[in-house]
Amino acid sequence: MTAVRLSGVDMVFNPGTGQEVKALAGIDLAVGQGEFVSLIGPSGCGKSTMLRLIGDLISPTVGAVAVNGKTPSAARIDRDYGMVFQSATLLEWRKIRANVELPLEIMETDKGERRERAEAMLELVGLADFADHYPWQLSGGMQQRVSIARALAFEPSILLMDEPFGALDEMTRERMQAELLRIWSETRTTVVFVTHSIPEAVFLSNRVVIMSPRPGRITRAVDIDLPQPRNRETREDQRFFELLTSVRDGLRAVEDM
Amino acid sequence: MRRWGPAAVLFAGGLAVWEAAVRIFNIKGFILPAPTAIAAAFEAEASDLFEAGWSTFTTALAGLAAGSAAAVLVSLAAARWRFIRDGAVPFAVAANSTPIIVLAPIANSWFGILSPAGSIFVVAVLVFFPVMINMVRGLLSADASQMELLDSYAARRGTVLRKLQLPTSGPYLFSAMKVAAALSLIGAIVKEFFGGPQARLGQYITTKAGLLQFEEAWAAIALASAFGMALYLLVVWIERRAIPWHISVRRA
Amino acid sequence: MSAGGRRVLAFLGILTVFVLLWEGYKWMGVTAGGVWPGTSIELPVRTNERSMPHVWDILFALFRPARRGGDLLLWVLLRAALFTWRSALLGFAFGSLVGFGLGVMFVRSPLAERGLMPYVVASQTVPILAIAPILVVWAGRLSVPRWVVVAVISAYLAFFPVAINTLRGLRSPQAEASELMTSYAASPRQVLWKLQAPAALPYLFPALKIAATAAVIGAIVGELPASMPDGLGRAILNFASAFSAAPAKLFASILVASLLGIVFVGAVAGAERAVVPQSMRLDAAETPAAVQEATA
Repeated sequence: MTAVRLSGVDMVFNPGTGQEVKALAGIDLAVGQGEFVSLIGPSGCGKSTMLRLIGDLISPTVGAVAVNGKTPSAARIDRDYGMVFQSATLLEWRKIRANVELPLEIMETDKGERRERAEAMLELVGLADFADHYPWQLSGGMQQRVSIARALAFEPSILLMDEPFGALDEMTRERMQAELLRIWSETRTTVVFVTHSIPEAVFLSNRVVIMSPRPGRITRAVDIDLPQPRNRETREDQRFFELLTSVRDGLRAVEDM
Repeated sequence: MRRWGPAAVLFAGGLAVWEAAVRIFNIKGFILPAPTAIAAAFEAEASDLFEAGWSTFTTALAGLAAGSAAAVLVSLAAARWRFIRDGAVPFAVAANSTPIIVLAPIANSWFGILSPAGSIFVVAVLVFFPVMINMVRGLLSADASQMELLDSYAARRGTVLRKLQLPTSGPYLFSAMKVAAALSLIGAIVKEFFGGPQARLGQYITTKAGLLQFEEAWAAIALASAFGMALYLLVVWIERRAIPWHISVRRA
Repeated sequence: MSAGGRRVLAFLGILTVFVLLWEGYKWMGVTAGGVWPGTSIELPVRTNERSMPHVWDILFALFRPARRGGDLLLWVLLRAALFTWRSALLGFAFGSLVGFGLGVMFVRSPLAERGLMPYVVASQTVPILAIAPILVVWAGRLSVPRWVVVAVISAYLAFFPVAINTLRGLRSPQAEASELMTSYAASPRQVLWKLQAPAALPYLFPALKIAATAAVIGAIVGELPASMPDGLGRAILNFASAFSAAPAKLFASILVASLLGIVFVGAVAGAERAVVPQSMRLDAAETPAAVQEATA
């Protein structure tokens, strides 16, 4: 079964005004259950817009989006997906534990279960010892791990991640990528991941979708056949470099258009 | 016209509804006099009103000028010396939470109940604290990177003050001055509630209200509003010329 | 030394400077005979016991009977302050509630904001303090209790800063936080109580402090024409008229009025400290100018 399907999607902002912007044109994409798909492209190619369409934060001008076979808004109300943004977006008045519990509170999960779930998720991201800290007491990387824990807390079947590691330094970033893959393999969640880093996309994904700007189109998809589990050695693998090159060539072709 | 149009229409409409309501529901003058009745009172009392209004307005203006000038001087010292800043800012914040207007009777006894100096004093104190708090903030609001830039030129303190700190404090000063403008006129009027010569707006309002001559009292309020607006516009006029580069001015 | 300790020391330093200036000016005037030393130019403020009692005389006056055989002046003034504070508190509470309600309504409904905001702003162009005498006499004719008028004046002054800052605060969460709530399919009520209201608290408190001062000013000024015998405003007027006989009493009553303002604002600041984490607290001066303008 496909987790996410976009068919013939066009997205136009401010239609009919002087500031009309065509963000996406003719998008067709299917993401299978349990798949890890990255969207990559230069800024302005509409990759974040695509994620927001899937997340029902905006609606397409033309075409259809389906999430777990439902409309995005039905999927949202069924809490089928969790979102992770570039900034951790933790609520600064809540301690770490309470931040992870937030979606569960909104979904009116009872207190004991909430507590248990939050603890398990913090364990999963390796932050169990920081449950009673405030967000400002944590580093950027740790905050981002909390936001991943929060997204996973209600066990959504899909994770939508919008450049979640964009603001982190290279070392932290690689550690977080490994962490994310471990969590993904443990939870078997479908992931749609937006990035502008080629190695990040190749290292994480089953498939890398390359996009071109003005208006945003999908120009190519590269299947990543690196074996699982991936680790430090993967990054030195000959195949890894070949795939980097192939994604880079895809992006260059976009530039030359 | 586009900017002031809606406000003018709203104002005229409000007056019309007010007038109509008074006439239709036959509202008694002591509850709410009609605009036309107030206008008539204004005309009949014009010379008394203007005499009182002008005295109150000039004392407010003098107090505003004196209080702001003193505030700017103290702010410069506070921006320069940390010890003054550490003491003066919390002091000002505390003073700002007191009902400063109660100084009025002291001012009356110090400067004599008939002297305008008492009103000027109260208005100056009233205006001093908000202007000072904002001005200190403004003087210290320059970016660390801008400060470092001037440091890299080995600029002297006086130069940093003139070239960087004073310009960045401009918007803060003027936003405080706009507050202070309105504050000064109301302060002058309320000060006069505590006693003062008859030919002042505050005394005029209390006397007429006490005599149940509400038309005259409202006419005095209308005049006070006009003078208050004039003070505010004066500050805006100066602001336009002093800090034409600032976004608040550019947008206007 | 810690920053807090240094600030307390500097504050006490300024206070000492004030007392020294007061006493020094007085001493100078007394020794030079009311003129600037070495000149014949008269001092702007006379330095006799009547115009400028010694600082300690003012403090001592608090601990002497207000009138022969009666209670200590301190108790008389504290009772008056309590009376005034009750009106102020009533106005403060009512005004703040209205202000908060308006803020919530405006953030929920752009239509309400567009329709009502101009009136909220326009309301502050009415110089309510200047109108106080009219309102008070007016209420007397309509036999509305006078403390109600006083509270209404306080509330009128208090609601505006609260409304403006509540709205600003409710709008303060970053777009991603709102999108997060959308992604959870949170109800508007959940968004309000879990995201917007907590985010608004740091904005709310500076406005509440302004409202507290405004409420005290409103209560005192409202009492002047109301001839309510029990309040601080009236006490000040009475001591002002008895000034030549006992000047220290007037100064003492003004001291108590100032303390009332400081204590009220201090209580709000205490509540802020209890409710808003340190890292989120806003400087009072960060309050938008529009709000400061309101209290004018």
